[in-house]
Amino acid sequence: MELFDFQVITSSLPEFWRGLLMTLQLTGIALLCGFAGAVPLAVARVSKNRWVSGPVAAYTYFFRGTPMLVQLLLIYYGAGQWQWMQAAWEAGHPVWLLFREPFFCALVAFGLNTCAYTIEIIAGAMRNTPHGEIEAAKAMGMSRFKALQRIVLPSALRRMLPSYSNEVILMLQGSAIASAVTLVDITGAARNVYSRHFAPFEAFVFAGLVYLVLTFLLVGMFKYAEGRWLVHLAPRKATKRKEAA
Amino acid sequence: MDALIEYSPSLLGGAWVTLKVALLSLVLAVASGLLGAACKLSDFLPLRLWTMLYTTIVRGVPDLVMMLLVFYGGQLLLNEVIDYFEWEFIEINPFVAGVLTIGFIFGAYFTETFRGAFLSVSAGQLEAGRAYGMTGWQVFRRIMFPQMLRYALPGIGNNWLVLLKSTAIVSMIGLSDMTSLADQAGRSTHQPFTFYLAVCALYLAMTAVSGYVLNRLTARYNVGVREANV
Repeated sequence: MELFDFQVITSSLPEFWRGLLMTLQLTGIALLCGFAGAVPLAVARVSKNRWVSGPVAAYTYFFRGTPMLVQLLLIYYGAGQWQWMQAAWEAGHPVWLLFREPFFCALVAFGLNTCAYTIEIIAGAMRNTPHGEIEAAKAMGMSRFKALQRIVLPSALRRMLPSYSNEVILMLQGSAIASAVTLVDITGAARNVYSRHFAPFEAFVFAGLVYLVLTFLLVGMFKYAEGRWLVHLAPRKATKRKEAA
Repeated sequence: MDALIEYSPSLLGGAWVTLKVALLSLVLAVASGLLGAACKLSDFLPLRLWTMLYTTIVRGVPDLVMMLLVFYGGQLLLNEVIDYFEWEFIEINPFVAGVLTIGFIFGAYFTETFRGAFLSVSAGQLEAGRAYGMTGWQVFRRIMFPQMLRYALPGIGNNWLVLLKSTAIVSMIGLSDMTSLADQAGRSTHQPFTFYLAVCALYLAMTAVSGYVLNRLTARYNVGVREANV
């Protein structure tokens, strides 16, 4: 028996392509929503008022302390446990009906998860703002909001880039669990191909390669972004000394 | 709530399976991490390239895909080998596949952690050990290891917490860990939310206990080091 049959891959390319689109949609939308939510919540997270920072801390503690797979299953399969949810489904409520859709549930789970991690990343960068910059903003007579808007956030959002790139890559990898709720992403396509042809190497090695290429693209994009927005923090390039002849 | 009490022995049994997977993977990951770090710091170029390939693949391929490959692909390879030698059929069970995959993956993360920690121990100390006539292994065990552990502990702690959470995916290759037992209990009692929430609570409890242990370890390995007061 042959261990690697390229025919299996070429014949299932359309399926992999649809899986790729699914993975990109899931991670892309989840990351966008997660990031949009994380910026204001990070501001709340660094607040000195316990009543403001406490709930956000509890949220990030829960979502960072439990596996994303369990969060996904909790939302998708767990929603049906509630009587009022079932009643809303029977009444045809447009919003609650969404919780029967695996795609929507995966977006909610992934979005809440990446939002929690992103909050801590941004909050960490905000706490590391040099004291002098904040003092200078105060001395210029800026209000707290103005200082946040003009000084703290722009610099924190730049300095968070390296750790955020990690989070984006982890999110891409993490989205592979979407097949647990019947979604056909890259991994789901690979699982289908495996069970149809009984060809584990072709299916999973190819899926792995697709993820690897996506990861490289993301790393490249973040390198470019860091080159644009973080150059001022990069170590200065060593200038070549002229060798004495 | 009654259902939760009724199923709690099974759920706790699953928690024990999860913990076993996590601890065995940790042992494997630390071992491959030490080996990987040694290779990464070696003067021999092929070894460095090999570990670079290892860490790149692990960072770029999802743990689930790798686990499915090891579980299904490993079985196929094993069948070939068994056919060749005409042995009796051996089945790869999900427990072994899970431990091997998670250990392999986190070995790459530990490689980075240990590499940094190795570099933090000053070369003079190792030379001093050599000068006393210690063998390479003695230098490692008596001088390098206890000191580099102090630098590595924060990274080890982080990796362990991520590793613990990634054990949940072994339920997807059919191992009866606490996630898959919660799934079964949720189906038969029609209370999936309750059971998945219980799994979350168990994971949080494990994280909390690990945090306590890590703090104790940090205190132990930081004896005699003055902390900067910021």
